Amino acid sequence: MDYHSMSGQQSTAKSLPARTFHALCLAALLLVVSGCGGGESNVSLGNRTGTLHWGNGTEPQSLDPHIATGVPEHHIITSLMEGLVLKDSTTLAPIPGVAESWDVSDDGRVYTFHLRQNARWSNGDPHIAQDYVWSWWRALQPALGNLYAYMYYSINNAQEYYEGTITDFDQVGVKALDDYTLQVTLENPTPYFLQLLDHYSLFPVHQATVEKFGTADERGTRWTYEGNIVTNGPFQLLEWQINRRVVVERNPFYWDAENVGLNKIIFYPTENAVSEERMFRSGQLHYTNDVPTDKIPVYRNEGNPSLRVAPYLGSYFYRINTNVPHLQDKRVRRALAMAIDREQITEHILQAGQMPTYALTPPGTMGYYPKSDLTFDPEAAKQLLAEAGYPNGEGFPVTEILYNTNESHRKVAVAIQQMWNKYLNIEIKLLNQEWKVYLDSESAGQYTISRASWIGDYVDPNSFLDLFLCNGGNNRTGWCNAEYDRLILDVAPKMKSHEERLAVFQEAETLLLDAMPMIPIYIYTSKHLMNSSVKNHNGNLLDQTTFKELTLESDSSDSTGGNH
Amino acid sequence: MFRFAINRLLQAIPVLLVVISITFLLVHSAPGGPFSADKAVPPEVLKALEAQYKLDQPLWQQYVGYLNDVLHGDFGPSFKYPGRTVNELIASGLPATAELAFYAMLVALFIGASAGVVAATRPNTLQDYLPMSAAMLGICMPSFLLGPLLVLVFGIHLEWVPVSGWGDSAGDKILPAITLGTGYAAYIARLSRGGMLEVLSQDYIRTARAKGLPESLIIAKHALRGGLIPVIAFIGPAFAGLLGGSFVVETIFQIPGLGRFYVQAAFNRDYTMILGTTIFFATLIIVFNLLSDMLAIWLNPKLRQEARGDH
Repeated sequence: MDYHSMSGQQSTAKSLPARTFHALCLAALLLVVSGCGGGESNVSLGNRTGTLHWGNGTEPQSLDPHIATGVPEHHIITSLMEGLVLKDSTTLAPIPGVAESWDVSDDGRVYTFHLRQNARWSNGDPHIAQDYVWSWWRALQPALGNLYAYMYYSINNAQEYYEGTITDFDQVGVKALDDYTLQVTLENPTPYFLQLLDHYSLFPVHQATVEKFGTADERGTRWTYEGNIVTNGPFQLLEWQINRRVVVERNPFYWDAENVGLNKIIFYPTENAVSEERMFRSGQLHYTNDVPTDKIPVYRNEGNPSLRVAPYLGSYFYRINTNVPHLQDKRVRRALAMAIDREQITEHILQAGQMPTYALTPPGTMGYYPKSDLTFDPEAAKQLLAEAGYPNGEGFPVTEILYNTNESHRKVAVAIQQMWNKYLNIEIKLLNQEWKVYLDSESAGQYTISRASWIGDYVDPNSFLDLFLCNGGNNRTGWCNAEYDRLILDVAPKMKSHEERLAVFQEAETLLLDAMPMIPIYIYTSKHLMNSSVKNHNGNLLDQTTFKELTLESDSSDSTGGNH
Repeated sequence: MFRFAINRLLQAIPVLLVVISITFLLVHSAPGGPFSADKAVPPEVLKALEAQYKLDQPLWQQYVGYLNDVLHGDFGPSFKYPGRTVNELIASGLPATAELAFYAMLVALFIGASAGVVAATRPNTLQDYLPMSAAMLGICMPSFLLGPLLVLVFGIHLEWVPVSGWGDSAGDKILPAITLGTGYAAYIARLSRGGMLEVLSQDYIRTARAKGLPESLIIAKHALRGGLIPVIAFIGPAFAGLLGGSFVVETIFQIPGLGRFYVQAAFNRDYTMILGTTIFFATLIIVFNLLSDMLAIWLNPKLRQEARGDH
């Protein structure tokens, strides 16, 4: 019996693995065959058909320009819609958009825009000045929950209307003089006002479409969905598949349609930078939203032209909670700031071309190069700390750095922890919190030192310096200086010349750096991978893309770079 | 069997109620709100938003209102995506996730059952150790490692299959299915090996062998049905697990599925979305467990009798 059973098993031993083996071979074959059917990559197909494949970061929260807030939304919305004024894609200087020209009054407060007679909505409707009056009225309805309402505050009475101190919209400084003339009156001469018009929060929306799907101030109606939305930009919405793609196609009614270089753009929600980079390498994307940090040196060492790193209008800094007893002394705060070796951080930790900074505002912001007396000087820092009552760090309480959970924030925090320990002999603890928890802690002032950053909404020092106004919602440090507020709110807006205005900003920034409620660390860079078939893509400080200018060239479709 | 099913479904009601209540309390007590952002939210805007999503009501009132909505099959509006309802978001993500889970299950069953059966036919030999070590490796290998490895080899170097996407180009479903299925294949291999070993030692197999039947026929006709019962019991919960656990694979391969929404909802504090997906997955798990139990009863005469006797 035993023998029999054994021989039985032996016979299976031959037949079964053989069969399994065959089955596996078949499966492998199927895999190969079906894979080979894929054929041409997105990029080379797109180059022939004029379709741009764009890695867009995340699923857009909304395509309503008066509700959306993020960068991914920004890309899609600026392809679909256009403001009165556009920005030159290299210099960011204002150039005509829906308005073909404009006049500015001598006191710099009244702007008169002359709209194009050939501007149309994507359904063919005429696009008139009244569209702006209605749209801006809509954007200032509190019920809509527009987080960018403050972009309107330079307009006369806009803030008062938004906050309810006046209820008559006729008092707000926007008037349609006739169908093609729009007059905007500002509270103060605002040199960056034209730039704001290119921000989506000031884009017009199509009244009939918005009202078809709900009331004007109703948040999140279906008017922005595919098949519903009517827009005024170079492209129109063709398809919006949640978490899959947003497809826009050329808008035949756009006033400059003959100069639009692409037929279609497909925006992909690519949250994961590592997956996105693989998509790029296999020719699924023309352009990536980001580049994984550890891939940057690899691309750089290869001299791969796909890698595009450029200065970005963003500042990375640490907020200091000035209500914490041992940080109330500005000598302590300055000592901390002086004991950070920023070159070390940008050169060896971040390695993506970030620039060490000793001021809040990025240099070159509208010709403004902030001067700063801050340097990396461990000896002087030690001295200052001693003067503040902590010789050689003795008696300095254990201090906590708060950051939101993220690998690169952690690395920076660890480096600073070590530097402060080494140069100042003080003990630092690190605390990471999930993004929303971190936001709550920071805005409630429940932190000691916290990682922070700010990306400019427009290219002007004001976009950075108004952060630290006494009652500014984004201040969060408890620092308050009446003179600083006066300079930013009252003096700078009334300056006649650009130079005088910059001098006032310098004065304010000097105050800020002297008190040091925030420690500047580095200036951001934007990082992308771009296929060489994409032409006319100009980098700029705001990392904004003018989609209507882009073209695709089919010759160089395969140059996504080597394997690594 | 019918009474058994009704009974189990009735038991599911309190289970779901507990799931809803605990999740509701958890999301509302989690620090950080759905509307906190890095740019300060003006108080008037915050008030308008909270009123719109009824967050200004007392918690118990919100709870009662929510239960009432859920009873009517309405999971409410998403906090993160204005204008989208949770029902709509679930409906948009479910097809891809269900399809992925189905293919992954096929992969798991095919690889797992064949490896298990092969191993069981010659226990404690190389033919056993090899597939079982591979299975152990499969269990240990997380999908966030396996996925990128497969992509690197088959997607980027060999260029056989697309590195990501779902239904966009031919063959883009292969790697996700394998990545997600492999871990389950490993479990199935171990379960089917165990099941087969037990069955193969039974008297009726010995009888079949004594009759001189070829071993392959014995395995295919007599042993497989009994040997795979543990696998069938596993399929139900595994399928629910595949549906709910596809987040990593969906992220690696950019699949527009429900798993991504589920995890993002937690990060976004999208209260209604977290609750909606949790309730949805809880229901799925209950249903699949029930189905697989019913299948096991139907396959196993012994259990059939018990089910009849108990209920």
